[in-house]
Amino acid sequence: MAPLIRLEGLTKRFGETVAVDDVSLDIEAGDLFGLLGASGSGKTTLLRLLGGFEAPTTGRVLIDGVDVTHMPPYERPTNMMFQSYALFPHMTVAKNIAFGLKQEKVSAGESASRVEEALELVKLGGLGSRKPSQLSGGQRQRVALARALVLRPKVLLLDEPLSALDKKLREHTQFELMKLQDQLGITFVMVTHDQEEAMAMCCKIAIMDQGKVIEQGFPRDIYERPKSRFVADFIGSANILEAEPAGPGRVALTGLGVSCATKETLQAKGWIALRPERISLSTAPAEGGPWPSGVIEAIAFHGDFQAYKVRLDGGAEVRVATAHVPGDPEPGDRAWLSWPADAPVVLTQ
Amino acid sequence: MNAAKERRRDLLALPWFWLVLFVLAPLLIVLAISISSATYGAPPLEMFVHWKDGHPVFDINFDNYALLGSDSLYLRGFLNSIGIAFETTVLCLAVGYPMAYVMARAPERIQPLLVMGIVLPFWTSSLIRVYAWIGILKENGLLNGFLIKLGLIHEPLVILNTPVAVQIGMVYSYLPFLVLPLFATLQKLDWTLLEAAADLGAKPWSAFFRVTLPLSWSGTMAGALLVFVPASGEYLIPELLGSAKLPMISTVLWTEFFANRDWPVASAIAVVLLLILAIPLFLVQGRQGAEGRI
Repeated sequence: MAPLIRLEGLTKRFGETVAVDDVSLDIEAGDLFGLLGASGSGKTTLLRLLGGFEAPTTGRVLIDGVDVTHMPPYERPTNMMFQSYALFPHMTVAKNIAFGLKQEKVSAGESASRVEEALELVKLGGLGSRKPSQLSGGQRQRVALARALVLRPKVLLLDEPLSALDKKLREHTQFELMKLQDQLGITFVMVTHDQEEAMAMCCKIAIMDQGKVIEQGFPRDIYERPKSRFVADFIGSANILEAEPAGPGRVALTGLGVSCATKETLQAKGWIALRPERISLSTAPAEGGPWPSGVIEAIAFHGDFQAYKVRLDGGAEVRVATAHVPGDPEPGDRAWLSWPADAPVVLTQ
Repeated sequence: MNAAKERRRDLLALPWFWLVLFVLAPLLIVLAISISSATYGAPPLEMFVHWKDGHPVFDINFDNYALLGSDSLYLRGFLNSIGIAFETTVLCLAVGYPMAYVMARAPERIQPLLVMGIVLPFWTSSLIRVYAWIGILKENGLLNGFLIKLGLIHEPLVILNTPVAVQIGMVYSYLPFLVLPLFATLQKLDWTLLEAAADLGAKPWSAFFRVTLPLSWSGTMAGALLVFVPASGEYLIPELLGSAKLPMISTVLWTEFFANRDWPVASAIAVVLLLILAIPLFLVQGRQGAEGRI
């Protein structure tokens, strides 16, 4: 099946800055797709290119097989939920939601019933006659959502949809958005800087840095088997150690004098990533060694786990998150690391 | 009454004092003169209340107002003034709205420069600026010379001393009063709202009429009133560029006061003009107050 959205070699320059750099991406119909990146990574510009608010310097945007690269926003089959919500302050909630319907010259009767339906959908029934200034932040977010959804777009673009909400409301709204997306079957493309949010909500994510898509795929795959140092470090936290090939399924850790088994085989000089929670710490060398050892520099108590900072003999610093270390070592004590065979992830870039 | 309230009252005393002394008192004097009688003397006036044999005598005279209704000169003056003020307002809106819009959408660092460009003419006396228009518009002036040189016309156009010249001078002089408040309003407009309108299917013109215009309505009205109200009483521009051929209420008032030395009739004209201008103003303000601030 052809993808609903296809980006081909999309580049956007603002003067000297390259905001989006040669991005090619396919998004399937019905997906909740996340564009994840730090601020300045180009994710919002990419979303704006999809919505038609920016024209690309080069490249093409296809939606449902139609080239929309030079189509203005008012002709595209997309609707956007703006980060600031951009509700019209001089109109009531109902008029805000009906704005696009009026533009499409939908009859007054149908418009009224669709507005009512949209309000019910976002659980704001009965608030149609309020002005946006009389609503709470969470309610405004719902109005913005209803206003975009009432037009039944092929693609809903969401620019940091939850960033203006407080933490508790944010978690609740995450589930609501996922439920809505599932219920309506509309393709969502969401921009976020919050990796936990992207992981929790999206069925697929693309990670952006300096205008480029570094990696894309299922959140679990990207978390568990990242391919680049950037992604390994950006998604969750990871210890990255230099490594050299040491035969099939085995790497030697540079400067540590030890080697370990890996799932993938490293072909040239590269790195391995180790998640802090996958490493065990002990006061004596563990079995199956030799394992790297070092001196504990600091211990931080986090409630359900403790974070250890270990300075390895080779000079590298490793973070370990574990519930309990037998022997209760103190800072300054020597400790040995160990990990299961599937823990190290081979990184080539 | 607590201390904060007391302090607030003390602070408010100053503007109130100012308003009473320099607005209300002169207004009451004009009102008093308008119901008094003209006579020979200095001042050429017999007040409606005066002392005679130790007690006050009231001699209220409404003939001045009756005269305004009976002689068509005054009615024509009012109509001409209001008419030209209205035309000026409409023309200023047509020219000034796009100007303010472009200024508000210009890059932020050049906006102060553009505002400066609007304010700069105020540094020269308006008398001199209007006088300069005579040099531009007269038969052998700059404009005719330019048009003849271009070959667009062969005979000089007669513009000076016509209503067209008055209109040009009025629009030129009052344009900044419309552009500045409108610019201030448009500058505060959240342009994301226009992106949202486009996203919801509105073409640029539709977005303008459904979003930009309603949200800049207060600035538009403020600017329009700042043009219309003083333009209604404008004296200098019709006098210089129209050579007073068109009887304006301001020129009629001048004649009554200085040539005919009829202070009461001149005051009555001033009071009627004030009422004509103030009533719509109160209506507009009342409506805005009822709607509440956006």
